[in-house]
This record gives sequence, C-alpha cells and structure tokens, in this order.
Amino acid sequence: MYQLVTGPLAWLSFGVFFIGMLVRVVLYIKGLDTQLDRVTYRVNVAYGLRGALRSVVRWLIPFGTRSWRINPGFTLVFFLFHVCLIGAPLFVQAHSILLKERWGFGLPTVSDATADLMTAGVVVAGVLLLLRRIALPEVRFISTAYDYLLLAIAVAPFLTGFLAYHSAPGYRFWLIAHILCGQIMLVAIPLTKLNHFALFFLSRAQIGMDFGIKRGGMKGTGMPW
Amino acid sequence: MPEGTLCNKRPVNTKEELQALLADKSGKTYYEEMNRLEVDPKVLQATLRRTFRSRFRTWLDMCAHCGLCAESCFLYLANKRDPRQVPSYKIQSTLGEIVRRKGRVDNTFMQAAMETAWAKCTCCNRCALYCPFGIDMGVMFSYLRGLCFSQGFVPWELKIGSGMHRIYRAQMDVTVEDWVETCSWMAEEYEDDWPGLAIPVDKEGADIMYTVNAREPKHYPEDLAEAAILFHIAGEDWTVPSEGWEETSLAMFAGDWEACRLQVESVYGAMARLKPRRMVVTECGHAYRATVIEGPYWAGIKTGKPPVESIHYVEWVAEALRTGKLKVDPARKIKEPVTYQDSCNYIRNAGLSKCARQIMGYIAEDFREMKPTREHNFCCGGGGGFNGLGRFREQRNIGLKVKMEQIRATGAKLVVSPCHNCWDAIRDLEEIYEVGVKWSFLKPLLISMVEVPEHLTPKDE
Repeated sequence: MYQLVTGPLAWLSFGVFFIGMLVRVVLYIKGLDTQLDRVTYRVNVAYGLRGALRSVVRWLIPFGTRSWRINPGFTLVFFLFHVCLIGAPLFVQAHSILLKERWGFGLPTVSDATADLMTAGVVVAGVLLLLRRIALPEVRFISTAYDYLLLAIAVAPFLTGFLAYHSAPGYRFWLIAHILCGQIMLVAIPLTKLNHFALFFLSRAQIGMDFGIKRGGMKGTGMPW
Repeated sequence: MPEGTLCNKRPVNTKEELQALLADKSGKTYYEEMNRLEVDPKVLQATLRRTFRSRFRTWLDMCAHCGLCAESCFLYLANKRDPRQVPSYKIQSTLGEIVRRKGRVDNTFMQAAMETAWAKCTCCNRCALYCPFGIDMGVMFSYLRGLCFSQGFVPWELKIGSGMHRIYRAQMDVTVEDWVETCSWMAEEYEDDWPGLAIPVDKEGADIMYTVNAREPKHYPEDLAEAAILFHIAGEDWTVPSEGWEETSLAMFAGDWEACRLQVESVYGAMARLKPRRMVVTECGHAYRATVIEGPYWAGIKTGKPPVESIHYVEWVAEALRTGKLKVDPARKIKEPVTYQDSCNYIRNAGLSKCARQIMGYIAEDFREMKPTREHNFCCGGGGGFNGLGRFREQRNIGLKVKMEQIRATGAKLVVSPCHNCWDAIRDLEEIYEVGVKWSFLKPLLISMVEVPEHLTPKDE
C-alpha cells in the first residue's frame, strides 16, 4: 500500500496538480478579452501592472484592505488558515527529507514543533471557518455541500498528518491516510474551486487592471482597497 | 414563438413603436404580454458561447461563498439582512443558473432574473471592493441585463429609454431642433443679467465641448443656463454640439449594447466634427461612465479612451477653482453642515474622489464626510436605472434607507449631489423619510458664491 501511494499515485497526483494548474492559468489568460471585458490589457500596460500589483499585494496583507479591517475575526482566521496551509507542507522537515531522498534536493525547513503548530493551526482555523459557515445566516444560506466538502478536503491532510506525527494508535494507517488525503487535495486543486490557489492571483490582478486602467487608475488615483 | 406587440425581443427602432409603448400606461399591457413571452434558449446559448469568457466563468466558479459581499451591498442592509439579498446568491441564482442550464430557462425564471437584475442590484460595483477574489457582481449583473434585454425581459421604462437613444440619440425625445432652440432661449433669457452670455453651438476648435443629460434641456433648462454662466465667468472658450450633445445612456441601464454604441458614436462624431481640445460632461454620473469610461469599448476604440480628453464637471470645477478661473467669495461659502454624495459611477468607478473633496474645501465651511465615504460610499439607492422603474418603486424606496441613515448620521443640512441619479434619490428619500435636508447640484451653489468680474456685471442704464 505504502509503495502504491508513494509511487504511482504520487506521480499521478502531482501530474494532475501541475498540468491541471498550468491548463487553468493558460485558459484563464487566453479567455481574457479586451472588447468583452472592456479592459485594454495590452494597450495601457503600465497602468495595468500597477493596478494588478496593488490589487494583489494589498489583499495579501492582513488588514491591508477595508474588507479585511471591518471583519477582523474572519481576517485572522483566514490568514491563519492559509499561511499554515501553505507553510506547513512546504517547510515541514519530513517532506524535505522525502524530497532529498527522491530528488536529491530539499527545501528550507522549520522545526518540527513549528510545523506541528502550523498543522494544528490549519485544523483549528478550519473548524472555525466551518462554525462561521454554519453560524452566520448570510454565509449558511449561500453554502452548498460542495463548500463543506472542499473544506474537509483541505483540512484532512493536516488532521491525518497531525495524528500520524503524534503516533496515534495505528501510525501506519494515519500515515497512508495522510498521504492519500494530500493527494486528493492536490488533484482537487485544479479540478475544483480550490483552483483559487493560482486563480486568486489572476482574478485579483484582473480586477486590479480593470480599476487601474479603466476605472480611475489613469486619473492617477489607485483604488484604496 | 409568441411575442407581444409591445413586449418582444425586438428593440424599439421607430417612432411608431415608441409611441405605442408610451401610450401603454405604466406598461400594463407590456407586462401582461411579458407573461406569455417565450425564451429562446438557442439564442441565449449562442450568446453565452460568444461572450461568456474566462473572467465571468472564473468569478462564478471560484466564489468561495464566504459571505463578505453581504454587508457590502446596501440592498442587503436595507432589507434587514435578508440572505436572498447577498450578492453572491443573487448572481449565482440568476446568471449562474442560466450558465449551468446552458440557457434552458423559462419565462418564470427570466422574470425573476429581470427583477433581480434591475431591482436587487444597481450595478454600483461596491461588492468588487469587498470580495477577496475581486468578483465584481455589478459587472456580471450588467451582463445579465444584456441577456435579459436580448430575450425581451426588460423593464418597460428601459425598453422605452433604449428606444429613445436609438431614435433620438438621447434618452428623451429631444430633437436637434429642440436642443438648439433651448440653447438660444436660455442664452436670451439670462443675457440681461449676464451681459455677453452666449451658448455657442457647433463652434469648431473650442477649448471645451460641453455635453449634457437630456433631462436638462427637457425639464431643467436653467441647468444649461447655469453651465453657460459659469463658463462665462471663468472665461472659457466653449461650445455645445448641435448633434451628439447627449451624454447619458439608458441603453446601458437596459443592457442594449447596440444602442449604447450608437449613442456614444454620436458624441464621438461631434468630437470629430468640432475638434475641441477636450470635452466636459455635465453633473451626471452614469453619463460619464457611459461615454467616457465604457463608451470607447462599445465604439471599438483600441486605446480605451474617448477621441478627445473628456472630464467630468467636478474635474472642471476643481480645476477652475484651483487655477482661479472661478473665485469663491469667502463670505458666501456654505455655512451650514454639508455633506457630499459620491456617485458610484464617477467616484468608485472613475477615480474622481479627490476632485470632489477639493471642491468642498473651496465652497463649504463645515464639510462632513459620510461614513463610509469616497470609493467605499454606498450607492444613493436609485442608481443603475432603479429610480425610474415604476414596477420596482417599493423596492427602491426600501433601498433608499441606507443613504438616509448615512446622511442623518452626518448631521448635514445640505447634500451636494453632482449626479442626476443621486440627486433624484436624495430628493425622493427626503420626500419619503423627511430627514430635513436640502440637496443640490454644484452649479447653483457656485453661482451663488463666486466672485463676478466687474465687466461681466449688468450695467445700470
């Protein structure tokens, strides 16, 4: 089983992830249309880039936008969730060791204790996001089973990883479950709206260009997001 | 496929069709016919294939249903936080559903979509500022309006409005003759008080080509006179075109993209004919949005800019005050508390918030900002055509509550509102909710407070 999940399935999931995301990004950019979107992407390039950059960067900073500032609780949970979700798998020592064994290179790492905290961070933030989704009427009303499923897909690798690391009874089971859940998530990223992994940046850049080129940007005022 | 004589998929292109619609009081027959109007899924599907591209697809697909858009929407707030007013829900249940069903929707669905597109969204685009993904539901609702229009599901007033643009190149039945006559009438009317006052028509190579909202010549001709007086005092070299003088676009509110193109091309045609150095647009928000911001795209201009530099009236006023062309008599500045209504179309969607503040600095002693303000200010409550739709009047009146509360919280007694839509909305909210405020365009306020050079004052005989 371990051979299967770390061999062919690993190849398959990483393949779907990288190729899928590449296709997503290419299709998104190819689908942009000056006339239909009513944004001169290719003409007023400098204004566009400035608008895109402002739009992406401001939203990557906690409390960097009015929307973040007026929802402080959500902002904290949101950033905790996303920072830990990206940071933990990238910088955990175990993954780096695996990479070194297979490919001969590793990544910068954080201590196991930090990675452990980050993993717990994803799980805790995930639970809080779930509670928010259920508790707030305006969020509950628009939530679908798909939204809950995606949250589960995103949290599962961390929950199982946490259990495996802490050698919960049945270590081998949790380890394989962790690897499988991670692979499900990798595959889900390009195939579901988890594609915001990359499309967040493109979508934000696009609206930034819209405001940066057409809607006021050329008057010298940047949108105060 | 059954179509009504009034309510159908054909836009209005003749005076006879227009008269028939106007004769149908409040659109009674029109809306009855709408109940029997069939949807053409094939046409919808073909339109989607041609125009529904990656930006919209991504917006609809990636929405995380986080609900941050809810509080950004004044209609959600005004309707006691009804979850059905959450922008994400509104767009997913209309445009999202049309896309998912590949255009196979029925009459009931389209009527509901029409109500959502025109009575639950004013295309103020505020939600775009609050969505982490930058999903702009106003832009999508505008697109949805286009789909609805193409199937004949458009509010009666806007079918008429877009027909007016197609026939008269104006939102009202103001002909070239009516317009030119109004210009000379107004110049004559005010000439005694303002020696030398003129409204030059079709002057080539002027510094400024001034364009207006058809309501001005039709219902408030003194607005035109006030514009003339201020240009006169400022010593501007200006003109108005005999054709291509109308800036507004009810066609944009209606989603009639062909009429939008026809309308802006008439203005761009005037620019080509008269070769002004720049164009100034009257105190109207959507007019500026239509002709200066979106218009170049409808007309297929590659640079995305109008043929000559085009500025909004607030830009001209700010510049005239800054350069001293207009000088405010400090003793005549507005003394009472005053606030400013940020028009979505030229503030959030065109970046002119600073001009507005510069003006208020010159003319008001006690200027009070609304909260939130500038780009983050709320829609007046009547934008996007909402003010003018009899069928949705009740929803509009509820929508006004947010602006009413904002104004009340400032303690202001006067709302400066350089936008026809906002001006109407504030007039109506005062009538309904009796806040105790006055409202005004900039022109009459400026005329009451600017210093008039000696040689422009009337000489006593």
